[in-house]
Amino acid sequence: MIRVQSEDFDIGAEIAQFTQGRTDVGGLCLFVGLVRDVVGDAPLEALVLEHYPQMTERELRRIEEEAHRRWPLLDTLIIHRHGRLKPGDRIVLVAVCSAHRQAAFDGCRFLIDWLKTRAPFWKREEAGGQHRWVAACDADLGIAAAWGDAPDDGGEARARLPGGR
Amino acid sequence: MSISILYFAWLRERAGRGEEVVSPPPTVTDVAGLIEWLRGRGGGPAAALSDLRAVRIAVNQEYATVDHPVTAGDEVAFFPPVTGGGGR
Repeated sequence: MIRVQSEDFDIGAEIAQFTQGRTDVGGLCLFVGLVRDVVGDAPLEALVLEHYPQMTERELRRIEEEAHRRWPLLDTLIIHRHGRLKPGDRIVLVAVCSAHRQAAFDGCRFLIDWLKTRAPFWKREEAGGQHRWVAACDADLGIAAAWGDAPDDGGEARARLPGGR
Repeated sequence: MSISILYFAWLRERAGRGEEVVSPPPTVTDVAGLIEWLRGRGGGPAAALSDLRAVRIAVNQEYATVDHPVTAGDEVAFFPPVTGGGGR
């Protein structure tokens, strides 16, 4: 299941609901991303997450389908917040359940790794009275690509424009 | 021909708008042509699209490259590489 929302989420309640009534789950793996308090040397005041609503849902669903295609997963849950967040706030929850732990671990890591390089969210950091858009991290692209069949976001637009402009 | 354009993150700030509906001439048949036309029009969107190294494109909510065709009613979005998730 996919949920994109501005509100916070309760990890315990989400997990309880996620597995409620199931007796076929042998392992559940979850990842929670939080807002860190420091940007370079300055303390972070806020992190603002912008997104592209219609496309976000579509991409998250696609990533979820890909995880199900690769591993025997019983269910998956992605909750991603948008809007203005403070240090310590939860940003994202990824939960995966399977009959066995290995698929749960792998599926969970895959979902967060692909989500970071594919789902249309953008982070803006506010620190020291200034704001700065977070640049995409090459290391994250490498991590996502390591799962094989790396997600293609179209690449550098300039490289494909006639004349390379 | 009417096309919806969306700008996100720093492209939205540089463009001075989050969305607009444009009517380029019929000679504009793909994203590359649309970008050239928007640049020629000047203003904020031209500034936002002046350097495409850090620009990604979606046509009708699907990632696309500049050779992707555009037709009336399409939604074309310009944005930087994505930075969602947590725990970098």
